Amino acid sequence: MSKTLFDKLWDSHVVKTFDNGPSVFYIDRHYIHEVTSPQAFQGLEEKGLKVFRPEQIIATADHNVPTLNQDQPIKDPLSANQVSMLTENCAKHGIKYYPLGSEYQGIVHVIGPEMGFTLPGMTIVCGDSHTSTHGAFGCIAFGIGTSQVEQVLASQCLMLSKPKTMRINVNGTLKAGVLSKDVILHIIAKLGTGGATGHFVEYAGSTFEAMSMEERMTVCNMSIEMGARGGLVAPDQTTFDYIAATPYGPKGEDFDKSVEYWKTLKSDDNAPFDKEIHIDASDIEPMITYGTNPGMGINIFQAVPTDEQDQELKKSLNYMGLEPGESLLGKQVDYVFIGSCTNSRIEDLRIAAEYVKGKQKADHVTCWIVPGSKQVEKQAMEEGLDTIFQNAGIRMRQPGCSACLAMNEDKIPEGKLCVSTSNRNFEGRQGQGARTILASPLTAIAAAVHGKIWTADEAIARNQSSVESLSS
Amino acid sequence: MEKINQIKSSGIPLPIEHIDTDQIIPARFLKSTSKEGFGENLFRDWRYNNAELNTDFVLNDPKFKGSILVAGHNFGCGSSREHAAWAIHDYGFRAVVSSEFADIFKGNAMNNGLLPIEVSTDYLQALTTAIYNNPETQIEIDLQSQTIAFEGEVYNFEIDGFKKQCLLDGKVEFDYLVEMHDAIEAYENNRSF
Ligand code: SF4
Repeated sequence: MSKTLFDKLWDSHVVKTFDNGPSVFYIDRHYIHEVTSPQAFQGLEEKGLKVFRPEQIIATADHNVPTLNQDQPIKDPLSANQVSMLTENCAKHGIKYYPLGSEYQGIVHVIGPEMGFTLPGMTIVCGDSHTSTHGAFGCIAFGIGTSQVEQVLASQCLMLSKPKTMRINVNGTLKAGVLSKDVILHIIAKLGTGGATGHFVEYAGSTFEAMSMEERMTVCNMSIEMGARGGLVAPDQTTFDYIAATPYGPKGEDFDKSVEYWKTLKSDDNAPFDKEIHIDASDIEPMITYGTNPGMGINIFQAVPTDEQDQELKKSLNYMGLEPGESLLGKQVDYVFIGSCTNSRIEDLRIAAEYVKGKQKADHVTCWIVPGSKQVEKQAMEEGLDTIFQNAGIRMRQPGCSACLAMNEDKIPEGKLCVSTSNRNFEGRQGQGARTILASPLTAIAAAVHGKIWTADEAIARNQSSVESLSS
Repeated sequence: MEKINQIKSSGIPLPIEHIDTDQIIPARFLKSTSKEGFGENLFRDWRYNNAELNTDFVLNDPKFKGSILVAGHNFGCGSSREHAAWAIHDYGFRAVVSSEFADIFKGNAMNNGLLPIEVSTDYLQALTTAIYNNPETQIEIDLQSQTIAFEGEVYNFEIDGFKKQCLLDGKVEFDYLVEMHDAIEAYENNRSF
């Protein structure tokens, strides 16, 4: 019987299936961070158990760390305590840990792939919903709760029921100024925030095939925002080339043998999916969100929807300080955040730098650019991107989750409007009362320069008529 | 984990769709390293306007009491933080009723003795209306027979058979997994890739 890639990976990781029950599902790679792991280690210790496979775990500190003066002790005592618990737990259980100050520290979903710890065919979990990012390599990667972190620590397995499968096909060439972030925001706007609940998604079609690994990661990252358990892309030459350049990926003969296996990782022709959708790449324009979940998105030239009956819309717009039918293009913004595991990789920073080169940030805008990892930061400096940002009046900060969830000091103040490259625009996500508009790094940097919601020149030119009708 | 089977209580209505885990427990309260005490900050930014109690919010309305939260569609979307399930349980809820739950939240809830009960949109609407009309409305949940009932309106809900048994027995998945080390080792040794 023909099988989907997901089915193949699933079947090869089942240790045992209970009659009419869940499967014991084997996990190859476990990433951990300071926020969702302490209670798991504590649970293990209370039961007097050891970590079962410490060599399959990678740890880093990212959610709770400052993005300035990382060489100094963390000021907030609660954050400092969480980070030091992680340090202690890793030391005690022999877990590889990239702490603040290490050359590989960074957001967990940025460092895993860039170091070559994420490989095709793997099953990957982390106590973080954006673990779906790693699916870009052809993995079953998904977020888990802390009880499950404890299960994986103790047994390298989880008890799971198999999700349904869905394929999202996007074909064609993206228009100028349209990035992979716009593709995923477009998909989520179409499906809604719960549109893929219970499903694992495969992204297929020429549009994804043409994407770089970083672009694919941006797409897979946000799978969870439409409720999907995860999302994946079949590995191809782009994937293999990316892995070949990582410090810890397989080398030499090992690499060649791996590629042979990785090449088999694709859905069979006629493999049955429970749900399938098709999108034409040429229908996608730069996207922004207007509401308080990632499904509330429009293309930047459209107006905020009007639906008198929709209580959710009403509540969201009230929170956002927006009116039904309002056009957002040209609306003044206060903050711009370029960062998070969605868009903080070197290609994202290059896009921002290229746009801002020779221009100035608008005076009234506070703009934070936060690289996803020490490696991204280093590369950006080698390429002189930090200087370009500095000349434009923007300071590049140090790696971490930062204003994506505002657990550290990087909070957007109440009532302020922020164009953000992160993945969630929930109420209060970027700080109490903060108002978030999700967008691509290109749309974000354009907002920083123009001081208002704006986007790539090519997209503006292409939609000149709607731009004019907005300003009239 | 405490065994769970029957729950009989009035309910608290919160008919908002897509309630995400950032609302259930905002990130700034995730700095604790224990599982206790999160109930205090459940729905923090809806319960309070800064430091002041928001008297419009249902949890601050003395009319509504009980250990069953009756929420809107797609409850618990967003972050994987189990702190959301801990907070709801710690506050005193033992079941959440909705027409759909986000996958990770659903798993987290069941791992902590909190019942996620999925009903049809119509049933959810009827239940919510009944509670608004009479906050004393008694809701009866019976896990063994997989039923929820109020004012004679009975609904048969679905639940994963294995999870159900875990909840009835007060067992957690963990207990099964740690007994399986031999099988897991055998799997590791037999992998062909
Ligand atoms: S950057 Fe944001 S979404 Fe990504 S892991 Fe950190 S907090 Fe989660």
